[in-house]
Amino acid sequence: MTILALACSWFAGSAQPATTGQSTDASGTVDERFAALLAGLPDADFSEKRALIQRLAEMHDPRVRAVLQGMLDGSLAARTADKRVFILTGEGAPDEGPVRLTDPLTGAAAGSAAATDFDKIGLNNQLRKSLRVALAQFDLSDPDAGVRLAAVNEMLRALDADSIAVLRERFKREANAAVKRKIEVGLALADLDSADAQVRLAAVTAVASSLNPDVFNRLTLLVQPAADGSHTEPDSRVRAAAQASLKSIERSRSFYSAIQTLLYGLSQGSVLVLAAVGLAITFGVMGVINMAHGELMMLGAYTTYVVQLLMPQHIGASIIVAIPAAFLVAGLAGVAIERGIVRHLYGRPLETLLATFGVSLILQQAVRDIFSANNRPVETPAWLAGSLQINEVLAITYNRLYIIGFTLALFLVLLAVLKRTRLGLEVRAVSQNRAMAKAMGVRTEWVDAMTFGLGSGIAGVAGVALSQLTNVGPNLGQSYIVDSFMVVVFGGVGNLWGTELGGNALGIVNKVLEPYAGAVLAKIFVLVFLILFIQRRPRGLFPQKGRAADG
Amino acid sequence: MANGGVPPMLDGGFAAALRDDRGGRIFLGVLLAVAVLVPLVNLLPPESSAFHLSSYTVTLLGKYMTYAMLAIAVDLIWGYCGILSLGHGAFFALGGYAIGMYLMRQIGTRGVYGDPNLPDFMVFLNWQELPWFWHGFSSFPYALLMILLAPGVLALAFGYLAFRSRVSGVYLSIITQALTYALMLAFFRNDMGFGGNNGFTDFKEILGFDLQSTTTRMALFLLTAAALGGSYVLCRVIIASRAGRVIQAVRDAENRARFIGYRVESYKLWVFVLSALIAGIAGSLYVPQVGIINPSEFSPANSIEIVIWVAIGGRGTLYGAVVGAFIVNYAKTYFTAALPSVWLYALGALFVLVTLFLPRGVVGAITTMRRARAKPLAAGKVRP
Amino acid sequence: MIRFSGRSRSERAPSAGMRAGDPNRVSATGPDATHGYILYLEDITVSFDGFRALNALTLYVDAGELRCIIGPNGAGKTTMMDVITGKTRPDQGSAWFGQQIDLLTLTEPEIAQAGIGRKFQKPTVFENLSVFENLELAMAGPKTVWKWLAARITPAQHQQIDAVLETVGLTERRLDSAGALSHGQKQWLEIGMLLMQNPEVLLVDEPVAGMTPQEVERTAELLLSLAGKHTVIVVEHDMVFVRSIARKVTVLHEGSVLAEGSIEEVQANPKVIEVYLGE
Repeated sequence: MTILALACSWFAGSAQPATTGQSTDASGTVDERFAALLAGLPDADFSEKRALIQRLAEMHDPRVRAVLQGMLDGSLAARTADKRVFILTGEGAPDEGPVRLTDPLTGAAAGSAAATDFDKIGLNNQLRKSLRVALAQFDLSDPDAGVRLAAVNEMLRALDADSIAVLRERFKREANAAVKRKIEVGLALADLDSADAQVRLAAVTAVASSLNPDVFNRLTLLVQPAADGSHTEPDSRVRAAAQASLKSIERSRSFYSAIQTLLYGLSQGSVLVLAAVGLAITFGVMGVINMAHGELMMLGAYTTYVVQLLMPQHIGASIIVAIPAAFLVAGLAGVAIERGIVRHLYGRPLETLLATFGVSLILQQAVRDIFSANNRPVETPAWLAGSLQINEVLAITYNRLYIIGFTLALFLVLLAVLKRTRLGLEVRAVSQNRAMAKAMGVRTEWVDAMTFGLGSGIAGVAGVALSQLTNVGPNLGQSYIVDSFMVVVFGGVGNLWGTELGGNALGIVNKVLEPYAGAVLAKIFVLVFLILFIQRRPRGLFPQKGRAADG
Repeated sequence: MANGGVPPMLDGGFAAALRDDRGGRIFLGVLLAVAVLVPLVNLLPPESSAFHLSSYTVTLLGKYMTYAMLAIAVDLIWGYCGILSLGHGAFFALGGYAIGMYLMRQIGTRGVYGDPNLPDFMVFLNWQELPWFWHGFSSFPYALLMILLAPGVLALAFGYLAFRSRVSGVYLSIITQALTYALMLAFFRNDMGFGGNNGFTDFKEILGFDLQSTTTRMALFLLTAAALGGSYVLCRVIIASRAGRVIQAVRDAENRARFIGYRVESYKLWVFVLSALIAGIAGSLYVPQVGIINPSEFSPANSIEIVIWVAIGGRGTLYGAVVGAFIVNYAKTYFTAALPSVWLYALGALFVLVTLFLPRGVVGAITTMRRARAKPLAAGKVRP
Repeated sequence: MIRFSGRSRSERAPSAGMRAGDPNRVSATGPDATHGYILYLEDITVSFDGFRALNALTLYVDAGELRCIIGPNGAGKTTMMDVITGKTRPDQGSAWFGQQIDLLTLTEPEIAQAGIGRKFQKPTVFENLSVFENLELAMAGPKTVWKWLAARITPAQHQQIDAVLETVGLTERRLDSAGALSHGQKQWLEIGMLLMQNPEVLLVDEPVAGMTPQEVERTAELLLSLAGKHTVIVVEHDMVFVRSIARKVTVLHEGSVLAEGSIEEVQANPKVIEVYLGE
C-alpha cells in the first residue's frame, strides 16, 4: 500500500510538468527531477511523452542522452511490476532471453532479468523525430566539435521553427569555424524558403562562398526556368544574385577540381616514380635494362602478403615491417640476377635485356606455382584506410597521400645515399667513367652488384606501395614495366631528378587527360607523346653527360 | 666471300647470292621437299591410314612457316642492321587484322546475328552502320593493299621519326615496345571497331573457298611456303648486294658509315619498312590458317618472343632465324600440351641460356664446331 | 724499304639529284681553292656545359699542305675536327671549305661527300666485312640505297681498290675480315677507306697511336706521299713522328691557336715551352 501511495504521489508529482509545461521542481535536485521525468514515461501518451522528452533534453545532463538514445533504439523499457525504467541490453534476439539492466539514474548495471518482465516505452514517428531533434540539440553543446557537426547535420534534415531558433542561438555561441559554417549554410538554405524576398536575397548572397552541394543544387534550381519559362523564384533581383553566387561557386569548384586532378596526378606520378627509380639507377650506372624489374616489384608486393600472413594480429604494423623485408627480398634477388647473369653480359645491353626477360618469365611462373595464379588479398591497415576530406569538393584517400609522402621521402633518402655515402660516390664515378673509376681503385664489379641490388630493392619497396593500390597477382609486374620504361626514357638517366620530375609530370598529364579521353586513351596519348618527345631529346630530360656517355 | 678467294666482279643477283649461302641452300631444299611431300601425304592417303598427315598438322606447319617469315623479318633488321625492334609483332598483327577484316566481311549473313553488312560484334554493340574504314574490305584486292599499307605506313612514319633523331640502342627498343603496347591498348577497346578483346573469328570463306576444307588449307599452306621461300631469297639477295654490306656496316660502325658519306637514316628506314612489310604479309597468311586474330597479338611479350627465336637460331644468318622459329614453336606446342606448367620455365631458361652461352645461336654453334674441325687457316676469313 | 706509290686522283663522279640534304648535291667541281686556302676556320667557339672547348679559334690551311696540329690534352684538337666534319656545331664563328662551301650548313655525310675525310682516334672499320669490302663501301660517288642495291663492281673500281690496297700495304690481307687485322693495319685500312673517298682534305687523328716503330715509319711515308695531291691535317702527340713529317705545325692550347710555324720555330717559342713541351 505504501508503495502504491508513493508511486501515486510520484506519479502525481511527475505528471505536473507534463501538463503545465512548466518546471515546478526548480527546488528539487537534478536527480530528483530526472527520476520524476523518467517515472512519467511509462504511462504517458504520445504528446505527453513529447513534452517529457523536451524537458529531459533541457536538463543537459549527460545521463539523459543515454535515456533518449535508448528510447530511440527501443531499449528503454519499464518493469511491468513497478514501472521502474531501465535500459536493457539484450544478448540474444530481441524480446527473448535474459537481458542486462542498466539503471538510467546511475548508469550502473542493475542485474539481469527476463525480457518478458518489461514493457518497451513505445514510440511513434513524430516521437522519433522529436527524439532525434532532442538528441541533436543535446549534442549541440557537446565539447567535441565533430559531434556538434553531426548534430547540426541532423537538425538541418528536419528544420522547423524551433530547431531554427535553437540553431541561431547556437550560432552566436559556436566557436568552431566548421560548425559555424554549417549552421550558417543550413540556416541560409532554410531562409531560401522564406516568404520575404529580402530574406531570400540575403540568404542567396550569404551562401556565395559555400561549396556545399545542397547549396549548389538549390541555387541552380532557383535560376533555372521550368519547361514553360516560369521561374520558381519570382523576384528577379534574387535570381540575379543567385546567378552571381552560382558563378562564384563554380569558379571555386573548378579551382578545387584542378587541385584534385593535380593531387591525383601527383599520386599516380609517385607510383610511377617509385616503379621507375630503381630502373633508372641500374640503367644509368650499368647501361642495362632489367626486364625483370616488374617482377621484382611483384616480389615486393608478395612479401607484403607473406608478412601479413605471418603477423595477422598486427596488420597496422605489417606495412612498416614489409618495407625493409621487401627491400631485402627483392634486393637479394637482384644481386643474384646480377652475379649470375648480368655480369657475364657486360657491354651487351641488348642481350642483357633479353636474358632478364627470361628471368621475368621464370619469376612469374614461380610465383604462380608457389602461391597461385590468382590474386592474393593484401589488407589495408586502418591508418591507411579512409580519406582526407579537405572541403566539400576536395578529398584524397589516405593511401595516396601517404604514397606521395613516402615517395618523396624515399627520393630524398636516395639522393642522400648517392651524394653523401661512399657507395654513392663510387656509383656515380662508375656511371660517368667506368675505366677511370677502375683505374682509381674502385671495385667496379662490387659497385655493379650493389647498384643492381639497390635498384632491385627499391623495386621491391615500390611493390609494397603497389600492394596497397592494386591487386597483387603474378601479372602485377607486367602492368607497370612499360610505364617504368617510359619514365626512364622521358626523364633521362643522368640525374635522379629526371625520374622524379618525369614520373610526376607523366602522372599529372595522364590524369589531366583522363576526364576528356578516358583512362585507356589517355595512356595511349602519353605513349604517343613520348615517342614524339624522344625525337627532340633522344636521351630524355636529364641526359647523362660526359664523353663517356656518347658511347 | 668464301668462294675460293676470288672477289666477286659481278656480284649481286640470285645465283651469286645463293652460291655463298650454304645454309640457305639447305633450307630452300628442305622447304621445297616439304612443299612437295606434304600435299602428297595429306591429300592422297585416306584419313585412317598411318601415312596420312592430318590437316591439323598441315595448318600447324603453315603457322610455323608464318612465324619463320616473321623471324626472317626481325633477323633482317636486328641481325644485319643492328636495330632491335621489340614491337615487330605489331606489324604482324596489322597484316593479320587487315585480312581479318576482309574475312569478316565475307561472313555476311552466316554470322550469329545474320546481318549482311555488320559483323557480329558490331551488332552486339548496337552499332547501326559500318565504320568508314571498313568499307573497302569486301574487296580482296583492297584487303591485299591494306595488308601492305597498314604495317608499311606505320613503319615509315615511326622509322622516319626515330631514325632521323638518331634514337638508338635500348632507347629505340623501348619505344618500339611502347608502340606495340599502345596499339594493344587501342585494339582492346570495344569502340575502336576492331572487335575489342575478342577480335575477329568464326571465319567462313576466303575468295569463295571454304576455310575449313582440306584443299583450301593445303592451298594456304603452299602459298605460305612460297612466301617464306620468296622472302628468304629476297632478303638474301639484298644482303648480298652492296646495299646489304652497307647495312651491316651501319650495324658495326654507324658513325664511320656516316662519315664515309652514307645517309644512314635512309638505309635504316628502308630496311625497317621492308621488314615490316614481310611481317605484315606473314600475319596475313597466319590469320586464315589459325582462324582468329585478337589484340593480344600486339602484346609486348609476343614481340620479345620473336627476338628469342632469332637469337636461338642464330642471328645474322637468315636461315638461323627460320631454325629458331621452328625449334621454339615446336617446343611450345609440345610443352603446352604435355607439361604446361613447365613451358614458361623452359622459355625463360632458353632466354637466359642462349644469351649467355650461345651468342651465335644453334646455327652458330654448329658452324663453330665445324670450323674447329676444319683447317686452322680458315679462321680469320669472313664467315659465309 | 717499301715505298708507297702515289696515285693520281681519278675523276670525281658527277653528282646526281639536288634534293636538300642529299650529300650528292655539293658542287661537282669541288671546293674553290683558287686563293690557296682550302680550309678557313674563323673565330670558332664551342662550349660544352660551360667548359670552353674551342675559344675563338682561327686557322687557315693551304691546299696540298701537310699540317700537324699538336697541343696538350683538352686543347681542343678533336673538337676542332668535330666542327670541321659536322659532328659538332660551334656556338660562334665560321668554317669554310674552299671559297664556296659553308661547312656549318652541311651534315656529316654531305661534308664527307664534299671531300673531307676523317680518320678517328680509335680505328673504326667494319669488323665483320672483309678488307676489300671495307674499301668497296668507301668508294667515292653517290651512295643512295637504290643504286647500291643493283650495283656491281666495275673493273675500274676494282683497279682503284687494288691500288689503294697497295698504297696502304694490305694487298695480302684483302680477303680477311677487318676484325682480324692488327691495330696498325686497321689504322691503314681506315686511311685506305679515306683515300677511296677521293677527299681533298684528310683529317687524321693520332694515326700512330699504338703502332710499332716500323709501322710508324711506314705511316709517315704514306702521309708524306699523300700531301700535295691531298691536304693532310694530322693531330698527334708523338713528337718523333711529327718531326719526321711536319712542314708546318700549329700548336693549340685551351681552345685557340698558341703558335704556328715550322717545328723548330714552334719548339723555340717561349709560350709553347711554357705550356707544352712534349718530347
